Amino acid sequence: MTFLNFLIGGISLGSIYAIIALGYTMVYGIAKMLNFAHGDVIMVGAYICFYAISRFSLPPLVGVLLAMFVCTVLGMVVERLAYKPLRAAPSLAVLITAIGVSYFLQNAALLLWSSNPKVFPSVVGTGKVALFGGELTITHVTIVTIVSCVVIMLALTWFTGKTKMGKAMRACSEDKGAAQLMGINVNATISMTFAIGSGLAAIAGVLLCSAYPTLVPTTGSMPGIKAFTAAVFGGIGSIPGALLGGLLLGVIEIFAKAYISTQLSDAIVFAVLIVVLLVKPAGLLGKQIREKV
Amino acid sequence: MMKKKFMSLMLVMAMVLSLAACGAKKEEAPASDAPASTPAAESGSAFKLGGTGPLTGGAAIYGTAAKNGATIAVDEINAMGGIQFDLKYEDDTHDAEKAVNAYNALKDWDMQISLGSVTSKPCEATAAETYADRIFALTPSASSTAVTEGKDNMFQMCFMDPNQGSASAQYIADKALATKVAVIWKNDDVYSKGIHDTFTAKANELGLEIVSDTTFADGNDTDFSVQLSGAQTNGADLVFLPMYYQPASLIFAQASSMNYAPKWFGVDGMDGILTMEGFDPALAEGVMLLTPFNADSTDERTASFVKAYQERFNEVPNQFAADAYDCVYAYKQALEAAGCTPDMSASDLCDKMVEQFTSMSFDGLTGEGMTWDASGAVSKSPKGMVIENGAYVGLD
Amino acid sequence: MANKLKTLSKTSRRNYLTYVLVILAYLVLQLLSGSLSSSLKGMLVPICAYVVMAISLNLTVGILGELSLGHAGFMSVGAFTGVTAAVALQGVIPIAPLRLAIGMVVGAAFAALAGFLIGIPVLRLKGDYLAIVTLAFGEIIKSIFNNLYVGMDGNGLHFSLLSDSTDLAEGGKLIIGGPMGIGGIQKISTFTAGFLLVMITLVVVFNLVNSRSGRAIMAIRDNRIAAESVGVNITKYKMMAFVTSAALAGSAGTLFAMNYSTIVANKFDFNTSILVLVFVVLGGQGNMLGSIVAAAALTILPEALRQFADYRMLVYAIVLILVMLATNNPSFKSFWSRITGKRDKKEAA
Repeated sequence: MTFLNFLIGGISLGSIYAIIALGYTMVYGIAKMLNFAHGDVIMVGAYICFYAISRFSLPPLVGVLLAMFVCTVLGMVVERLAYKPLRAAPSLAVLITAIGVSYFLQNAALLLWSSNPKVFPSVVGTGKVALFGGELTITHVTIVTIVSCVVIMLALTWFTGKTKMGKAMRACSEDKGAAQLMGINVNATISMTFAIGSGLAAIAGVLLCSAYPTLVPTTGSMPGIKAFTAAVFGGIGSIPGALLGGLLLGVIEIFAKAYISTQLSDAIVFAVLIVVLLVKPAGLLGKQIREKV
Repeated sequence: MMKKKFMSLMLVMAMVLSLAACGAKKEEAPASDAPASTPAAESGSAFKLGGTGPLTGGAAIYGTAAKNGATIAVDEINAMGGIQFDLKYEDDTHDAEKAVNAYNALKDWDMQISLGSVTSKPCEATAAETYADRIFALTPSASSTAVTEGKDNMFQMCFMDPNQGSASAQYIADKALATKVAVIWKNDDVYSKGIHDTFTAKANELGLEIVSDTTFADGNDTDFSVQLSGAQTNGADLVFLPMYYQPASLIFAQASSMNYAPKWFGVDGMDGILTMEGFDPALAEGVMLLTPFNADSTDERTASFVKAYQERFNEVPNQFAADAYDCVYAYKQALEAAGCTPDMSASDLCDKMVEQFTSMSFDGLTGEGMTWDASGAVSKSPKGMVIENGAYVGLD
Repeated sequence: MANKLKTLSKTSRRNYLTYVLVILAYLVLQLLSGSLSSSLKGMLVPICAYVVMAISLNLTVGILGELSLGHAGFMSVGAFTGVTAAVALQGVIPIAPLRLAIGMVVGAAFAALAGFLIGIPVLRLKGDYLAIVTLAFGEIIKSIFNNLYVGMDGNGLHFSLLSDSTDLAEGGKLIIGGPMGIGGIQKISTFTAGFLLVMITLVVVFNLVNSRSGRAIMAIRDNRIAAESVGVNITKYKMMAFVTSAALAGSAGTLFAMNYSTIVANKFDFNTSILVLVFVVLGGQGNMLGSIVAAAALTILPEALRQFADYRMLVYAIVLILVMLATNNPSFKSFWSRITGKRDKKEAA
């Protein structure tokens, strides 16, 4: 039973990583850009939702929608001002700008909302489901997170696979120049990618803070890095890979803590990651692209 | 075309400059309602008092609180007439390198007496500098032993970490609160580590059984299910939490969802948990902590400080603010007793202060009859508190 | 003389320019040292350390063409081993500069060893997968030093992991105390030592880049398959660049650590790795002079912004974004190249 409890704990943590990684992988897989500011967009989403619910007493669903709206706009504005002018520049230049945006958002949040931690009111309540006479418990947050993960994953897979816009996105990710020649508006497509990615970041922020309810301006940075790790772990650009990578990362982290050492758990998680990448150099579900000479 | 782009570039440059100008103006605005950062009078009539602390980054809450507490004290003292202070806090982002930079910036400002740094590791670095430069320093809250070790002019307003650890173990054993104890601590934090080590040593000595000893660190400080179930399955009836209140609030919430309700015992870093916006005080019901400061106290000085702080900063002060407030008043008392004047050099002031602090007794918000020994450690007794119905109640 | 200068290749001319500018900067700062503010004086050594970090990372990112997100890990290895060596030798070698030099050599050696061990798995991977593995190694190193205890007594050095079980004899001293890091360090780093380290780094990097090996490394960067097909040993040359880069970062770590009385493993985290990467990208990949200027400028910038008080880091972020936008603006680039004369476009990018 303890094993199963740890497994459930790992899945709850992993589902949080996964939901962040799904948003991450949208931008990362299509714009081919390490958006280090993604974690901070998550934080902004959580703050918006927090203020909507506890200061203005709006219903949770309105809070979430408002957070999504603000984050989507924020993502598009940031893309327009900070990333678009660098479309022709080397990808590392955009990475540095993203870091600048990340600092900016964190410090703006610090000035706007102060460093005092806020306790986030869970949008789905603190209830839980008990199994086997209470020996196993799963919180509602975990269930909602996992369901959201799967829904988002399916929706994104359908969107990128079947819709016109989604196909345009995949084309841009393969070859921007060729996509443009085929009549795709590359700028609009990438802007759309950011909009979707940032909207998902808002959902991730709300769920992250519902599960682990303290909110400070640096809330998003560490989960952002973990989610990035999860996205690469699952295979860059692979939507199911992001989900799988996130879940596995959470489970490995909890097992490392439970069965090996709480002190070295981070080292163990990253060591496992390295070993997996050595065996599967393109991530768990990534495509191994053959190089042509 | 080329020209046009070049023009736009120039515009960007102009924007940077204007932004810079805006920033400077904005900076003046808060300064005007904070006389602390504007000299009370012409230079030479006020003591230049400087300190460093994290005002940005993950630890910003501690530095900001200390700065605010000191600001209130300085304003009160300046309004009384008599000794005048000119206060300046610089940001060190909770980093030793940046703390030394911040300290050097204060030195360029001709700081005469120092409030050290707010957090332990940065303070260790700046203490080495104040020692070399012969500037007296009294830190509100940097509590590790290494801060004062081997430095005759470095003093602390807070308890030393080891004292807290052994005092907590002693208290638990004396009151027979538990026989099986679990400890959850922060593995990459000097403060937490220092308390943990002395606590476990003392607990072993007193026959308390430590059944679970687990950690967390910066990167994984959200999920505590493993640590808590370790404590639960090993039958710990008390969990000792040498950490700040933010992770502690997560621990309480997760323990409650696991239906695990041991006795909780915290240290001074736990103070502040009740002031978190949106925190459900029911989660912290019955939490015991040793803290020098209690914002709910009916004591007149505390009440007026809390009121002033709330009016000014819209928040309830925590112990960092109270410690910094006390530091400024302790300076006032010592400077008056030694008959110091603001035209004295930093090193002369340093000698006088060392003499005063080792001989005087000070009553502040965080303790009565505080004294300091030559090592720089303060002697004051921690107050045992328990949280009942969302408020602190003194333990006997 | 003039004739000789003309016959030099463009790269060597630029290399000499770099040397001359670094020496000039050193001399000017030494001459002015009486009138410098304490703030600037206090930053000289860390600037040297960051410059060395930036140059060494530029070797990986600019010359070898691989993204590394864990460079601070090597700095950490160098800092902890170098300081341990210097502390251990305190009684044996009374001359501080010599002790510092030995510390740096030890730091460089251990960082090189770490670089080699990490290089084995890392260099099999490509692109972002490689980047994430370097990130992972940086985090692993941080985690290990946060749990490592090293003590010294009459019987030599004692090591233990997770908890302090070094069990030192009478008069022994704990050097590395897990999360406490190293405390009570004798500050023996000086600006002159930092300057010498920068010069050594430049000599090492320029000579490597201009050698046969360096050309092989750049050939791998530009086209791995083509390089392989003409018989370049990919693993060997990649490893050469990676290990050199790690060793230099290690000595920078020792220099940095010996400038403060205390050092902790958390200092060398992901954010520090990213900071160094910012120096490299801002200065231009493959452009060592650019790295030097960027490292110095971005170390001073947050300090120069102290007048903004609460808005300091916000302004820093805005400046960083605007600088990135401006330096990648095509018209700015052409404007710049007109000023500095013709410049290899690829290197400017």
